[in-house]
Amino acid sequence: MTEIERHTIAVLVDNEPGVLARVIGLFSGRGYNIESLTVAEVDRANGLSRITIVTTGTPMIIEQIKAQLSRLVPVHKIRDLTDEGPFVEREMALIKVASKGDSRIESLRLADIFRARVVDSTTESFVFEMTGSSEKLNAFITLMEPLGLVEISRTGAVAISRGPASF
Amino acid sequence: MPAEPLSGAEIVIKALVDQGVDVVFGYPGGAVLPIYDALFKQNALRHILVRHEQGAVHAAEGYARSTGRVGVVLVTSGPGATNAVTGLTDALMDSVPIVCLTGQVPTHLIGNDAFQEADTTGITRPCTKHNYLVKDVRELARMLHEAFYVAKSGRPGPVVVDLPKDILFSPGPYSPPEEVRHKSYRPQLRPDPARITQAVEMIARAKRPLFYGGGGLINSGPKACACFAELVRLTDAPCTLTLMGLGAFPAADPHFLGMVGMHGTYEANLAMHGCDLMVAVGSRFDDRVTGRLNAFSPGSKKIHIDIDPSSINKNVRVDLPIIGDVGEALTAMLGAGPAALRGNDSAARGEWWRAIEAWRARDCLRYDRSRRDLIKPQYAIERLYALTRNRDVYITTEVGQHQMWAAQFFKFEEPKRWMTSGGLGTMGYGLPAAMGVQIAHPDALVIDIAGEASILMNIQEMSTISQYRLPVKVFIINNQYMGMVRQWQELLHGGRYSESYTAALPNFVKLADAFGAVGRRIEDPAELDDAIREMLDTDRAFILDVAVDPAENCFPMIPSGAAHNEMLLGPEDEAEKPVSEEGMVLV
Repeated sequence: MTEIERHTIAVLVDNEPGVLARVIGLFSGRGYNIESLTVAEVDRANGLSRITIVTTGTPMIIEQIKAQLSRLVPVHKIRDLTDEGPFVEREMALIKVASKGDSRIESLRLADIFRARVVDSTTESFVFEMTGSSEKLNAFITLMEPLGLVEISRTGAVAISRGPASF
Repeated sequence: MPAEPLSGAEIVIKALVDQGVDVVFGYPGGAVLPIYDALFKQNALRHILVRHEQGAVHAAEGYARSTGRVGVVLVTSGPGATNAVTGLTDALMDSVPIVCLTGQVPTHLIGNDAFQEADTTGITRPCTKHNYLVKDVRELARMLHEAFYVAKSGRPGPVVVDLPKDILFSPGPYSPPEEVRHKSYRPQLRPDPARITQAVEMIARAKRPLFYGGGGLINSGPKACACFAELVRLTDAPCTLTLMGLGAFPAADPHFLGMVGMHGTYEANLAMHGCDLMVAVGSRFDDRVTGRLNAFSPGSKKIHIDIDPSSINKNVRVDLPIIGDVGEALTAMLGAGPAALRGNDSAARGEWWRAIEAWRARDCLRYDRSRRDLIKPQYAIERLYALTRNRDVYITTEVGQHQMWAAQFFKFEEPKRWMTSGGLGTMGYGLPAAMGVQIAHPDALVIDIAGEASILMNIQEMSTISQYRLPVKVFIINNQYMGMVRQWQELLHGGRYSESYTAALPNFVKLADAFGAVGRRIEDPAELDDAIREMLDTDRAFILDVAVDPAENCFPMIPSGAAHNEMLLGPEDEAEKPVSEEGMVLV
């Protein structure tokens, strides 16, 4: 069997109605995986949005995903960041922990180690804001589980290549 | 003085005329009334009133595929649009350029579950190449021109433009096609010259080359087909075509091995299996062509020329992908000159041809010709072919056994003469498609080779045929079964013919009569020629109901899950090569 790879793909698209549905429909219709998908407008003057997709598949599937994406009429450019050299990938999470006593203190101490910020607090809860790689977020969330973790909201990954070259 | 602004509906008509459209296939309804009103007031566009929106799309497909132009459809909102979905999917699978205008409820009602509202852009997103919802009349002309551009450029396909009713009434600006340029959509047409050079070297080195052409050749145009033929002859290599590619290379040329794939010829499939170089041109390694993938052409290097990058390495990994228009790529390859293309190993080539001739000698399309009591379906098509040779003939088909027999026994010498539903396999395609072909070629002979089950799926279009006095011929291969279903039930499901027999078929002669056409039924092979001649000599629509052997199966056949060299050549093979468990779950 061929190895399953994880790829981060950036797609520049026309910011027009239905474009996200087109991309998502392509993934569901053809049975591809989406680990995360984020989208926002990045160029107002030219009406362009950037979609960051984290996906998994065999090399042949990844190649198909890129070819199929490039076939969509509103897609301008595609970059497979995983293939094209070093890149920075970041995700943000808001993590709510409800606890008292030692657990509460321990959660705050770990948050400090992970450089998570407290963005809301009551006597029974914290909301931590944390930015980093998805792995770092996962590690922090695992640590919070026994300490009163009650809710998580994550953005999904955004990514950009390192160095001066641009899209 | 500025001209009076046009209404949205008038912009639609003007855009169609400026795009060179002469015929629209459609069906009116509340949401498109403004367009029908505008149609009423002009003479440049002809409207063909179909009897079901699916028929409109298939007719436009027949029109498009027999002319190489964009087919245009006009339907109303809600059910008008949903009825068009099968046709759109068919056009997407077979890469047919279609622009389908759908009515929509007024913009302020969208999302309110209004009468005859459907989320047309949502529903058609996966079954079109692209679609538009016009929310501002100032965008209308641009979107319409873009729709034509997208439909016909690159790999062609259907495009929907959804038109809310208020937009059709609003006055707005018009811009002509020349002023509209799509922001980013530019399919790559020019192939990479370095890869062309590499391809030429690979062809010259090959001992056992095979050209495998598909519908992309026909879509690219007559020049691509001519270049393909030149290349095949120059290199003295065998060639095969897919179902969609038939006609791209003259069937009479000895280099042609017949169709490839599940019901392709023995020689074509064994050549696929045994070649050392496969040159795929505008073909997409469909599962009906490849058979079992892990046994597909194991010893060959593969070159794949296609305009659609997503066709490359989708099913089969190739050694040299060339992205671009096949016509341009073939022209570039021929540019290398005969000396560069021809290999110098004539001994190897001779050996390859000897192997092929041995496969050919198996005569894989043979059937029992001794029967005098009933008509063999293959014989019926052979006679139809023989009696229509040297005529200006276009063939459409429905889907099933008759379609495969037509592909095997009707020989096409030029492109755009053969219209069939390949990718989607849409029963009910052939009659409306024939209608569209006849509209495009009023003086030509247009024949729908049909099955008695398929024809009933869009039989209402006989009424359209009658209205426009189209002399379409319907040649029904009537075995009383959904023959291909019955064949699979025989091969795979122990002969349990579950629901594949049609117990109450109509009297097709009376049915023809009811629609103002001429009908005849024959059961005796001795009558066949006379009946075909009568059909050809009748200048009206004609249904010839040919009662054929109900038990006949379509051979040769690569059963699902089998490889090219595991073909069944005839009934005697069935028992020896039972279909595998894994094969059964495949379609």
